[in-house]
Amino acid sequence: MKAPSPSFFKAMMAIVRKDLAAEFRSRELLSAMLVFSLLVIIIFNFALELDVKVRESVTAGVLWTTFAFAGTLGLNRSMAVEKDRGCMDGLLLAPVDRSAIYFGKAISNLAFMLVVEAIVLPVYSMLYNTNLFQPGLLLVILLGSIGYIAVGTLLAAMSVQTRTRDVMLPILLFPIAIPVLLAAVKASSGFLNGAEFSEILAPLNLLVVYDLIFIAIPLMFFEYVVEE
Amino acid sequence: MIETKKLVKRFGLKIVLRGVDFSVQPGEFVALLGPNGAGKTTFLRILASLSRPSLGEVTVANYKLPDQAAQVRAKLGVVSHLPLLYPDLTAEENLRFYARMYGIDEQEKRITEVLNMVGLEHRRKDLVSTFSRGMQQRLAIGRAVVHDPEVMLFDEPYTGLDQDASEMLDDVLRSVAAKGRTVVMTSHDLARAEDLATRFDILSRGVIVASARHEDIKNTNLLAFYKKAIES
Repeated sequence: MKAPSPSFFKAMMAIVRKDLAAEFRSRELLSAMLVFSLLVIIIFNFALELDVKVRESVTAGVLWTTFAFAGTLGLNRSMAVEKDRGCMDGLLLAPVDRSAIYFGKAISNLAFMLVVEAIVLPVYSMLYNTNLFQPGLLLVILLGSIGYIAVGTLLAAMSVQTRTRDVMLPILLFPIAIPVLLAAVKASSGFLNGAEFSEILAPLNLLVVYDLIFIAIPLMFFEYVVEE
Repeated sequence: MIETKKLVKRFGLKIVLRGVDFSVQPGEFVALLGPNGAGKTTFLRILASLSRPSLGEVTVANYKLPDQAAQVRAKLGVVSHLPLLYPDLTAEENLRFYARMYGIDEQEKRITEVLNMVGLEHRRKDLVSTFSRGMQQRLAIGRAVVHDPEVMLFDEPYTGLDQDASEMLDDVLRSVAAKGRTVVMTSHDLARAEDLATRFDILSRGVIVASARHEDIKNTNLLAFYKKAIES
């Protein structure tokens, strides 16, 4: 029997389907991310209870703090599953471009983060009595999440090979993700406060450029990241 | 089918492989024996394209490593002491995932064939997390042969198996080798190696110190040959 190599797209989608199927069954990753996210926004809700103005002005910051920390939890777990049982070797043994492995893992991670965000947003809206369902804000959340997951998946693949991976990922990720987080907070805040589009354009552009850069980098370097 | 010339592997200042010359003909079953730390796993990881050689030439299935790694991977099946399986997926879901990663046509037919070969057809819908260590290792062999590779690498496949599971794995290994595949297996279990392999190479301190065919050591025994090679 001849075993042809699969296309980049088929290999990538095989990883996505595998990750979604495993998570649908275990719910380990999503439940951890969700519980953490809900705890964070509830704690902020109590901390900012008395000052309505402060609550309005910090919404974007609270949201992105929640997404960033929950995302880190998910990224760590997603790569640890591959490493702990040697499954990363199984992926690396497949005759596919190694960046297909990166994009498969990144799409799965993005899907998990978007699910968490889709649950957190209505809860946040209720607790803080703020309408978060604005098309502009949802676009920012999508762009910010893509950038954060793009760089996070790459760094998680590096940090998972170290003994201190749980600590190493945030140490590596947060400094590099500062531009995407700042731009996302600024653009989100702009949409929430009804700022002029021209004011929001600069952080939006930064988000798009950041996303493109961190989608392009793994295409070239992921092979070296996972190599022994 | 497999050839290495003056293969060297360094990790920082530590030299693990010191110029390994190794050759395996198509259809041979070579047991690579040696003490802990001899470099067996490192050597197999280089053959599997999971690690790059520091110096020297490596050819597997007529393709050069690391330049033609994707072609080598398409012809290669690897089993280690870790099963490389996902515990939250069923046996058939694990095989289907790997079948997709290898771009196999007629996946369902092949999955059924492989499950029958490793004796797990009746457990195809069960989660791998419910499998015993022996069953996981048999499924790991199924995973490794799902794309019908020409070359198989086994790295300590018996680690952690009880007597019954080891005997079942013997049968699966024999059936894998019986299909004319080229097999390299590392092991500390000399009795099993003697039972399965057609050739024995001893790796010690990063070099192959002895090599003998099965018929050459019939009149002595593998243990004596091994001890003599290690002490030389």
